[in-house]
Amino acid sequence: MPSDNKQEVYFSNPMLKWVDERFPLSKVLREHATEYYASKNFNIWYIFGVLSTVVLVLMLLTGIFLTMNYKPSAAEAFNSVEYIMRSVEYGWLMRYMHSTGASFFFIVLYLHMFRGMLYGSYKNPRELIWLLGMMLYFCLMAEAFLGYILPWGNMSYWAAQVIVNLFGTIPFIGDTLVEWIRGDYYISDITLNRFFALHVIAVPLAILGLVFAHIVALHHIGSNNPDGIEIKDNKDAQGKPIDGVAFHPFHTSKDLVWITIFLILYFGAVFFAPEMGGLFLEVDNFEPANPLKTPEHIVPSWYFTPYYAILRSIPDSLLGFIALVSAVLCFVFLPWLDKCKVKSIRYRGWQYKVALAIFVISFVSLGYLGMQPSSGIYLILARLFTVVYFSFFLLMPFYTRLEKTKPVPDRVVYKK
Amino acid sequence: MSKLGRRKFLSIATSVTGAVGGIFALTPFISSFQPSKRAKALGAAIKINIEKIEPGSIVKVIWKGMPVWILHRSEKMLDKIDSSIDELRDPNSELSVQPNFAKNTFRSIKPEYLVVEGVCTHLGCAPIEKFAIAPADMGPDWKGGFFCPCHGSKFDLSGRVFAGVPAPSNLRIPPHRYENETTLIIGENEEEENA
Repeated sequence: MPSDNKQEVYFSNPMLKWVDERFPLSKVLREHATEYYASKNFNIWYIFGVLSTVVLVLMLLTGIFLTMNYKPSAAEAFNSVEYIMRSVEYGWLMRYMHSTGASFFFIVLYLHMFRGMLYGSYKNPRELIWLLGMMLYFCLMAEAFLGYILPWGNMSYWAAQVIVNLFGTIPFIGDTLVEWIRGDYYISDITLNRFFALHVIAVPLAILGLVFAHIVALHHIGSNNPDGIEIKDNKDAQGKPIDGVAFHPFHTSKDLVWITIFLILYFGAVFFAPEMGGLFLEVDNFEPANPLKTPEHIVPSWYFTPYYAILRSIPDSLLGFIALVSAVLCFVFLPWLDKCKVKSIRYRGWQYKVALAIFVISFVSLGYLGMQPSSGIYLILARLFTVVYFSFFLLMPFYTRLEKTKPVPDRVVYKK
Repeated sequence: MSKLGRRKFLSIATSVTGAVGGIFALTPFISSFQPSKRAKALGAAIKINIEKIEPGSIVKVIWKGMPVWILHRSEKMLDKIDSSIDELRDPNSELSVQPNFAKNTFRSIKPEYLVVEGVCTHLGCAPIEKFAIAPADMGPDWKGGFFCPCHGSKFDLSGRVFAGVPAPSNLRIPPHRYENETTLIIGENEEEENA
């Protein structure tokens, strides 16, 4: 607990003092920065939370500037994107930062989730942090899909057609639901207009709210660490965790270095490979929406391809849809599927290590297969990896019980 | 250097570098608010054929989104212009905006053609033409000119503002030149070509 004496000297600037008497400024800064203690043995896996916040800010900023020149109408959308690229001052930069940012958001997010799986960050007492994170993941998927429709290129149009029609596989209500989502009898100007509203207002607001809750919950419990032990169990006389260092200035100055490195990579992509060989921006989307012609090689954005491969590997439309949704939802149940008491992979048995490795291989492979034609060896492999993918989750309660764990240290392991 | 001095130096160096980077990073966002290439193209010079404008009549065109008037002044109108000089606030256009070639009594290249922005210099309303002499609403001394309906500013047939009205200066003259006898170009100056 901070002493009263300390509270008085937090700000020497009289203006800040004035504010602090009327607004809990020093309290917030203390709780979330200067007296928020996070483990001193954080490794590279612990930067992706901060980096996702950086990408979020970049997306909000460039998104606002794109909205200033974009026209959400079927007649004008495609041309307005072209207008942004060619005519608006630095419009190309805004758009490439936004489109590249979408892919980098998912890169960062997948690594962030993988960190959680490595060190058991979803386990008691952090289940709710994980659930809020999952909700953020779903919101981001929705946001990415909605944003993908807005340029109204031919891929946009057919992506909307296919994804919206997925809901048509639901028995009884399917057709009505699809019509309700589109607001029309086909993917039209009305659909585009509402997707725009959802993309620029509704989903971003939800994301901001969830990010706030995610961080508040995290700072209430305290961050996990690569050893998966609670640093709050070892406190000094002042009540500070012995193995923790203040988020500011220690973790922030380290994060600043990583943010710089991240921005170099990100802007490398923005300036030199914004299309990333068709992974970030697809050639078929450089022609306007055409309801008469489906692109020959229709593939979703790379960050959806693992789920797309699962969808295609099931030879039934309803079961395929169910498999797709379940594949995404599986992550939600990790805190309860994992029966091992030890959090960090450092001290867990071989069963989880092997399972996680196989899961990563199957996830990446499904991602690759989702970009390939769905036939022959590709289809067989996609079905195999789909089984592996679901086995990782469904068998988890069994193999995690069998684990022979190593003794967990009381203090974090920290090489000087 | 002491340890604290070193830390202070590093903090300041990092902050300054970050601030400079931040300013560079702001450039695209600030520039993005400027008129786009399309807006600039739409604001380019326009060509008008003035052959068919009868003496005593006015043609209104839009340039850069604002009304520009081309008034073909008749002999009678030209005669009236100099006479009202005492009542004008800025008879020699010292305080007003116009290309140098229009800084004269007629405020034009050719006396018979007045090319002027139809934007009141007070708050931007479009003045109304009042060419009749001494009409009931303008009073017995009115020799023809323009009247702004918003706040009652009055201008003579050269767009020069009268004293005692809210408008501070004469109507602005846009850059313009004659391509030939019958073609007027608004948005480009003759001087620029010669320069």
